[in-house]
Amino acid sequence: MFANVLSALSIGFLKTLEIFGLTLVGAIPLGLLICLGAMTRIRVVKYVIRFLVWVIRGTPLMLQLLVIYYGPGLIIGDNWWGSGEHGRFIATIVAFIINYACYFSEIFRGGIQSIPVGQQEAGFVLGLTKAQIFFRITLLQVVKRIVPPMSNEIITLVKDTSLSRIIALQELIWAGQSFMKSAGIIWPLFFTGIYYLAFSGILTVVFNRIEKKLEFFRV
Amino acid sequence: MSLLEVNNLKKSFGKNTVLKGVSFSLDKGQTLSVIGPSGGGKTTILRCLNFLEIPDEGTVKVGDEIIFDAAQTARLSDREIRKNRLHFGLVFQDFNLFPQYTALGNIMLAPKLQAASSPEMSREKNIPPERIEEYCLEILDRVGLADKKDHYPHQLSGGQKQRVAIARAMAMNPEILFFDEPTSALDPELTGEVLKVIRRLSEEKMTMIIVTHEMGFAKNVSDQIIFMDNGLIAEQGTPEEVFNHPKNPRTLEFLRGYTGLE
Ligand SMILES: Nc1ncnc2c1ncn2[C@@H]1O[C@H](COP(=O)(O)OP(=O)(O)O)[C@@H](O)[C@H]1O
Ligand SMILES: [Mg+2]
Repeated sequence: MFANVLSALSIGFLKTLEIFGLTLVGAIPLGLLICLGAMTRIRVVKYVIRFLVWVIRGTPLMLQLLVIYYGPGLIIGDNWWGSGEHGRFIATIVAFIINYACYFSEIFRGGIQSIPVGQQEAGFVLGLTKAQIFFRITLLQVVKRIVPPMSNEIITLVKDTSLSRIIALQELIWAGQSFMKSAGIIWPLFFTGIYYLAFSGILTVVFNRIEKKLEFFRV
Repeated sequence: MSLLEVNNLKKSFGKNTVLKGVSFSLDKGQTLSVIGPSGGGKTTILRCLNFLEIPDEGTVKVGDEIIFDAAQTARLSDREIRKNRLHFGLVFQDFNLFPQYTALGNIMLAPKLQAASSPEMSREKNIPPERIEEYCLEILDRVGLADKKDHYPHQLSGGQKQRVAIARAMAMNPEILFFDEPTSALDPELTGEVLKVIRRLSEEKMTMIIVTHEMGFAKNVSDQIIFMDNGLIAEQGTPEEVFNHPKNPRTLEFLRGYTGLE
């Protein structure tokens, strides 16, 4: 029995990992784009983007998942995502990337805006180009500032993956819960907690290392 | 012939006219101190000369080259601005050292990037790239901090930070070095070491403009004093003239505020 549970949970955990990984891969670049949009001098773009970010950050991810997964089918009568597990997976990734990109964009914006303008000006008076100033002066300071909030957000993502259970995606929680129906046992569901703990534990260690690496200077 | 000629410089921020037509000139090797009440436009002059602000009117001439003429240049390209900036160095009130570089790293950053990306613009052309480190270390030694070369800014005192910032500006070998209240952010006991470095530069005939509230220092090191008030040069002359025989009642009033302190 234990071996059965373990193998089922591991398959669920793989799906969880996929959501986690693909969300990061998509949300970090998209977050950067949104961040640039939220800081642009073109007013219309700036306010539209800030409004959208506000909406996404102000509503539950679970609601966004439901809207994104069921919305197309209900509104235009056509389920974009395709049927079955694959469709649920794509919809989940899309919802997670949009949601996390908005959170990341605010972290990036805060990080960039927290660097005193004097840093840039000191670069200017030394005759450096804007690109040189960004890559050689500003960037590492921004990275140092955003590592702590990013690590919080990324560890939250580990646990948020379970929200996709609401559209019956077969991730870790779903795998644990399935034993309640099929075998009438609940411990596999509780056991999923070990996976989450181990995974977020590893991430905590990794992020602490990165923070240590950046401790040689202060901003 | 003057090294620097500033003619009728004007600058407004919205409705607030901060520079109302400032003209002065400076000979090579001279030290000019700019004094005056805060808000008078002293910082704005330095920022305009370094193209951190673009003046609305006026011309700036270095040697026989007009590097800026508001009437001619609708818009300078980034490259022209960078090239113009290299005539000057600027030391900020709050240092603005780059925190992720050591003292030596702060000094070397710009010379190295310059040598790699636009060597034709570099004003220390004669220094081969592999000698830059040695050259920068010599400059750090000139401000008395060779032993702190591997220290990061947060490991330095305020006075040491400002001396590194001075060395960083010197490393680009500017024709004129500007200081914007270089000791105003320092605890009183740390101002001496910074003023000593500036005094030595003045003795070595570095051409300099110093915005300062250190009246005793200004009187001692300067060849020329400008008293800025409300966007205009209210008085100009030798230290003897400005400090001992001011003609403008505003100057007298301003200086009175300091006599009590000295
Ligand atoms: N970027 C700016 N935008 C708007 N007003 C400015 C700006 N920079 C300076 N000022 C204004 O210009 C005036 C002169 O400032 P400044 O040159 O810093 O004077 P000082 O250095 O003599 O104290 C002040 O009234 C200040 O508020
Ligand atoms: Mg000032």
